[in-house]
Amino acid sequence: MQDIVKTIQGVPLNHYILLSAIIFSIGVTGVLIRRNAIVIFMSVELMLNAVNLLLTAFSAFSNDPAGQVFVFFIMALAAAEVAVGLAIIVMIYRNTNTIDINVMNRLKW
Amino acid sequence: MAVFYLVAFLSIFFSLLVIFSKNPVHSVIYLIITFFTFTIHYVLLNAQFLAIVNFIVYMGAIMVLFLYVLMLLDLNVNSEPVKSSLMKIAGIVAGMCLLVTLAGALKGSGFLPAGAHEEVVQRPNLGLVKNLGQVLFHDFLLPFEVSSLLLLSAMVGAVLLAKREPREI
Repeated sequence: MQDIVKTIQGVPLNHYILLSAIIFSIGVTGVLIRRNAIVIFMSVELMLNAVNLLLTAFSAFSNDPAGQVFVFFIMALAAAEVAVGLAIIVMIYRNTNTIDINVMNRLKW
Repeated sequence: MAVFYLVAFLSIFFSLLVIFSKNPVHSVIYLIITFFTFTIHYVLLNAQFLAIVNFIVYMGAIMVLFLYVLMLLDLNVNSEPVKSSLMKIAGIVAGMCLLVTLAGALKGSGFLPAGAHEEVVQRPNLGLVKNLGQVLFHDFLLPFEVSSLLLLSAMVGAVLLAKREPREI
């Protein structure tokens, strides 16, 4: 384990922030360019994970375990969100026979 | 140190593949690989508990749920809806603008004094189950119980939503 600790020690926190920003932007781009509802959902998961990684990095860099507890809560929340969201997608597919999000514009006037 | 950059490159590469692959099943597979690289990141950050939870919850439970729904809906045919290329280019430009804004804000903020990265992982057992459990059950006991309520309500809601309605109403 000391090897791992030594391994991480050279990486500055800025690079973790940059990595999380890149992956978050990829998630946002995925939400914008795809029309498949499930792929959009996966992009949202990607964004959540980028935030998780950043929280863990901050926690490890500031020696505060509270950040990792927050990540734990975010994971529980993501599990609940995925269950409800996929149930909604299944219901939409049953009613409209497609998961193209352009069909679901009934709330738009 | 080089391990971090290799794994970071892999995460970015596979997350790009997630949003650009045509077949949704391939997207899920690439997403699983991306989450695996995130697990490696957690191990490198010395957060062993989170690494294991990420491995079990994300790569196990959530991805199985995604694959299950994907195969239930029979979407692995090429019925992928296509967006017009103008919208795609606009979306990519918008995402890159966000990235540039975030990176510029990070660079311009002067966040982190120089040399702050030398005190990485001072307490090597910060992310162990024993430490995290003590914090979780001392300082975060109420949120923990409330999250159990959230999971229960999400379970009830998911079952209620996915159940087929009786026709006679």
